[in-house]
Amino acid sequence: MFNTQLFIYIVKRLVQAIPLLFLVSVISFFIIRLSPVDPLAELRINPSISQETLKAEEKRLGLDKPLIIQYGLWLKSFLKGDLGVSVTGEKVSDKLMERIPNTLLLTGVVILLTWLVGIPLGIYAALNWKKPVDRMMTILTSIGMAVPSFFFALLLLIFAVKTGWFPTGGLTCYDFSTYSPLHKVLDVMHHLVLPVTVLFTLSLSGLQRQMRGNLLDVLGSDYVKFARAKGLSENKVVYKHALRNAINPMVTLLGFEFASLLSGAALTEYVFQYPGLGRLILEAVMKSDINLVMASLMMGTIMLILGNLIADILLKTVDPRVSVN
Amino acid sequence: MTYCRKKDGILRQILRDRYSLIALVVLLLLYLAILFADFLAPYSKEFSDRHRAYAPPSKVYTIDENGRFSRPYTYNYVRYFDPDEFKITYKQDRSKKFYLKFFAKGEKYKFLGLIPMDRHLVSVEPEGRLFLLGTDINGRDVFSRILFGGRISLTIGFLALFISFPLGMLYGGVSGYFGGVVDNIMMRISEAIMSIPSFYLLIILAAILPANMTSIQRFALIVVILALIGWAGFSRVVRGMVLSVKNQEFVQAAESIGASKKRIIIKHLLPQTLSYVIVAMTLSVPSYILSESGLSFLGLGIQQPDASWGNMLKEAQEYVNILYRPWLLTPGFLIFVAVLSFNLIGDTIRDILDPKSKMR
Repeated sequence: MFNTQLFIYIVKRLVQAIPLLFLVSVISFFIIRLSPVDPLAELRINPSISQETLKAEEKRLGLDKPLIIQYGLWLKSFLKGDLGVSVTGEKVSDKLMERIPNTLLLTGVVILLTWLVGIPLGIYAALNWKKPVDRMMTILTSIGMAVPSFFFALLLLIFAVKTGWFPTGGLTCYDFSTYSPLHKVLDVMHHLVLPVTVLFTLSLSGLQRQMRGNLLDVLGSDYVKFARAKGLSENKVVYKHALRNAINPMVTLLGFEFASLLSGAALTEYVFQYPGLGRLILEAVMKSDINLVMASLMMGTIMLILGNLIADILLKTVDPRVSVN
Repeated sequence: MTYCRKKDGILRQILRDRYSLIALVVLLLLYLAILFADFLAPYSKEFSDRHRAYAPPSKVYTIDENGRFSRPYTYNYVRYFDPDEFKITYKQDRSKKFYLKFFAKGEKYKFLGLIPMDRHLVSVEPEGRLFLLGTDINGRDVFSRILFGGRISLTIGFLALFISFPLGMLYGGVSGYFGGVVDNIMMRISEAIMSIPSFYLLIILAAILPANMTSIQRFALIVVILALIGWAGFSRVVRGMVLSVKNQEFVQAAESIGASKKRIIIKHLLPQTLSYVIVAMTLSVPSYILSESGLSFLGLGIQQPDASWGNMLKEAQEYVNILYRPWLLTPGFLIFVAVLSFNLIGDTIRDILDPKSKMR
């Protein structure tokens, strides 16, 4: 599967992403610097902090220079792989390293589950088109698509608090480090249940509808009629002829799904106090922590671009008609 | 444009579909309610009873203690300290009944923003309090604030549409018509905006807003921010449509009689995309409603003392509130109902305009 043509394609896409990332960084840097929030406000009102310390802080964060130079400095260190320090003095890269795996874990589990459940449900609905079960599912997906994620998260939070069955936030218990490896895995899974349920419900509805629509389109096409006319069994017609073509557009959707999950996860992470990228950027924005916001924005963008690239590569491997050029 | 013929029948077809008919009625009721909010709400959105913070919803009785029918009345709540549970709760003060009054005089307001009036649909005798959905932390009536908050939550999406769609159309039109380097640069910029996760972009934009703005200014700027998120993806589709029609004869004809580029784009090319634009606009209303409520929920959108359904839910973030004060969650149900209704109508419109798709 891995041939030189595909390799060239991947390299080409990655090279194309560079100017895109540059533009993203310019746009977001200037937007953030427009913010009236002073990153050093907390230090300034603290009487025990001397003027010299403040000056040193300004110098360290580069706040004493004109905007263009500030951006240049940021870009220079970003290219060197240095993401700078946050306002509180921690290394930004450490913070990201801590948060990105958590967000990837959350979105990964959600995507896996939605595909495992959404695709079969979509097929089932398409095969029972306009029957009561299909109608039911259409109503349920309409509802699933309309619930605001944060509201649903709040409702689940009530459920968690009332029953005590699920932890109400975070990713691990406070004495996590003392657990045995198996216990650790179970603990993380336990914490994941509620945030995953929220995001799963939201993306499942969209995926089920899309799958159903695709399969219905394909089932109406001539070659499916022909396969039926040949006297093939219904199972063969559906699973061997129709499904393969209906699934291709879904692979493209994978990239979009990843993008919308990154956005949707931010609010869910916020409600469940989940230590992910979305909550990190939210906290950083509130404090106007430029380095932290910039770094998490860039990481979010890179993850999005990579997600789309992976979806395209997958599409090329499952559909031989799509040429790599 | 095969569906131009059908256009006059769209409304009738929406009405024929059971679900979208219900959705349309629900939306109509919601919009009427926010239009007549001043009249329907027993209190103004600023009214606060400091002695009754987090009071539960008032119970309205129509049968009195002797089992006889009576005019509707309610009891006031009084705060007391429960030594067993060790917390402050409310109980009804059964010593005095307060009868409800209909179309009675109350706080003054301007009906539809113009006509000074002081009649309210329902109010209660002096000293009585009618909190149909309880009160919030400041002792403000949740029911009244939902009506006023709906004014913001349900209109902000539409206002944003009127910025993002013209912007996206113009951007896509210019990019598609000029082509070449201009097109390349413009499309790279819109791609860059699309590759930032949209919610991240939304919050960094919202964080720019200074704190000392009037509520009108803030409202206007939130509208602009919401509009800035949606236009990029849309402009790419418009560009594609413009590319496909720009070499047709009617454009060449316009060019040969010396029409300016501005005229060609606005008068000849963009109208060709209009049917797509209208559908895309209808389908994107709910996402704007959700964005605004999410933003306000985080405290970055509409600010107190103004009400929006999102910022009213902000209070429901605390465990104590969601456990003991479930009435604070009502704005969430309303967001859900509004979005669901818009989605149902959107689905029907999509079906009508694209009969081949079998999404229903």
